[in-house]
Amino acid sequence: MEAQAAARTPIMKPFVTEARSAVVPADSATKLQVRNLNFYYGSFLALKSISLDIPEKRVTAFIGPSGCGKSTLLRTFNRMYSLYPEQRAEGEVIMDGENLLTSKQDVSLIRAKIGMVFQKPTPFPMSIYDNIAFGVRLFERLGKRDMDERVEWALTRAALWNEAKDKLQQSGNSLSGGQQQRLCIARGIAIKPEVLLLDEPCSALDPISTGKVEELIHELKRDYTVVIVTHNMQQAARVSDYTAYMYLGELIEFDVTDTLFIKPSRKETEDYITGRFG
Amino acid sequence: MDFAFESVTRVFAIVVFGILIAILVSLVIGSALSLEKYGLRFIWESDWDPVKENFGALVPIYGTLMTSMIAMVIGIPVSFGIALFLTELSPAWLRRPLGTAIELLAAIPSIIYGMWGLFVFAPLFQSHVQPLLIDGLGSLPAVGGLFEGPPFGIGMMTAGLILSIMVIPFISAVMRDVFELVPPMMKESAYGLGATTWEVVWKVVLPYTKVGVVGGIMLGLGRALGETMAVTFVIGNAHRLSASLMAPGNSIASALANEFTEAVGDLYYSALIELGLILFVITTIVLAISKFLLMRLSLREGTRT
Repeated sequence: MEAQAAARTPIMKPFVTEARSAVVPADSATKLQVRNLNFYYGSFLALKSISLDIPEKRVTAFIGPSGCGKSTLLRTFNRMYSLYPEQRAEGEVIMDGENLLTSKQDVSLIRAKIGMVFQKPTPFPMSIYDNIAFGVRLFERLGKRDMDERVEWALTRAALWNEAKDKLQQSGNSLSGGQQQRLCIARGIAIKPEVLLLDEPCSALDPISTGKVEELIHELKRDYTVVIVTHNMQQAARVSDYTAYMYLGELIEFDVTDTLFIKPSRKETEDYITGRFG
Repeated sequence: MDFAFESVTRVFAIVVFGILIAILVSLVIGSALSLEKYGLRFIWESDWDPVKENFGALVPIYGTLMTSMIAMVIGIPVSFGIALFLTELSPAWLRRPLGTAIELLAAIPSIIYGMWGLFVFAPLFQSHVQPLLIDGLGSLPAVGGLFEGPPFGIGMMTAGLILSIMVIPFISAVMRDVFELVPPMMKESAYGLGATTWEVVWKVVLPYTKVGVVGGIMLGLGRALGETMAVTFVIGNAHRLSASLMAPGNSIASALANEFTEAVGDLYYSALIELGLILFVITTIVLAISKFLLMRLSLREGTRT
């Protein structure tokens, strides 16, 4: 898998794109390889030649001011943009040796491998149990007992089992906001994706729920590759192993989180993280 | 000022109740004669003979329910398809003209549907579709009886089809509007799990919008049950109970429209008003069923605390 990816792209070592330092993290295998990615909303160029490597089983955070394209970048990974005809992407997002953007694979299969959790919790209008089972049923035929086990497993991983086990048949809407968001994460991991994309998962949550979700993210990286978009720099510093700073559709700096926050190599990054701008 | 505003709006709201009760009371008073003479028997008696002054409402009741059912069986899936296409699949440039066309379809007066149904649709239906239905389905066991007999052109089936065309714009416009209210993030989360468009619409959008969808269907059903002009043109107005949908029949509304002018004799007049009362009751029952249905649906979704 690694070798395949390497064969497709000759540049594998830490590389630099057009004066922007985009370091490939060295201590982990690469899960997603982004190369020269351009993204358009109609004729507006929202991502300008982005290249970076998302390491496997690590947490990678995208930070930057509003409108810098971090959510857009996230949404190219599972081709969510293709729901909207005026949006398009050029370039490469390679997973397991295949460019997802031009892949002939059914887009639902790609999305089953790359789960996503959104800004606001969006429980489906069904019971807590069915919220989890919904995604599983799309791809697997499980018996009642296996499904029960899967639901319990997902809810346990999402640290929601203790709170929800007695009301599995109640509506997902009966949960509090923080619980709903953990339900959405449980729903995302229930289908056992390889990558989990989190688009500002805590922006609608109170500090306690945020803390729980952050703990959860820590847990998840043992098995999943996690990519998180966040507005909150402290959060990025707390949960991520690698951080990418983006500004106006460009990747300014990408490095190990500690390095990026303590000793950023670019002036723009330093200005942003020290609060002089943004 | 606030008090005046409150009083005025309260009066408006109460007036609605007042009118409803007034209509109900006058229907009951008007049909007293026939209610007294026939009692409940009126509902299942199929004989309707103004000459001998013998009246039973089974034929028009059956006609009203059957034509409305045909209209719903055809109208609901088609409307769902239209709404689905308009909200999820249609290219952006087609969305607006198509939506407008559907709204225009709703604005056509029913008499035009009736005339078109009688002069254009019925002959075409008679010569091209009915023979196929009769040959193809007439000989089947169980359902065959519905498609037997000579192709008249006009009849219950034709009325049902015209009605379905008339209710489609109502149902699909409401469905489209409520589908558009679904938060994009909700749909994206379902797509994000790997659901196809069909799965997203069927398992997420539809449950999310069920109240609105049922409301739209009831709006269409209300129109179908009470539709007078278009149905009168094409149903055949025969007070005869026949199993076949190809045969002419009658509906409550078209019986009323046809016969009020010629209703001589108090009992005849009273029987017609009782028909009106029955139509009123049917629509009330339909509304009650829809409310009940919604309650059941929300139970299945899981209780809220």
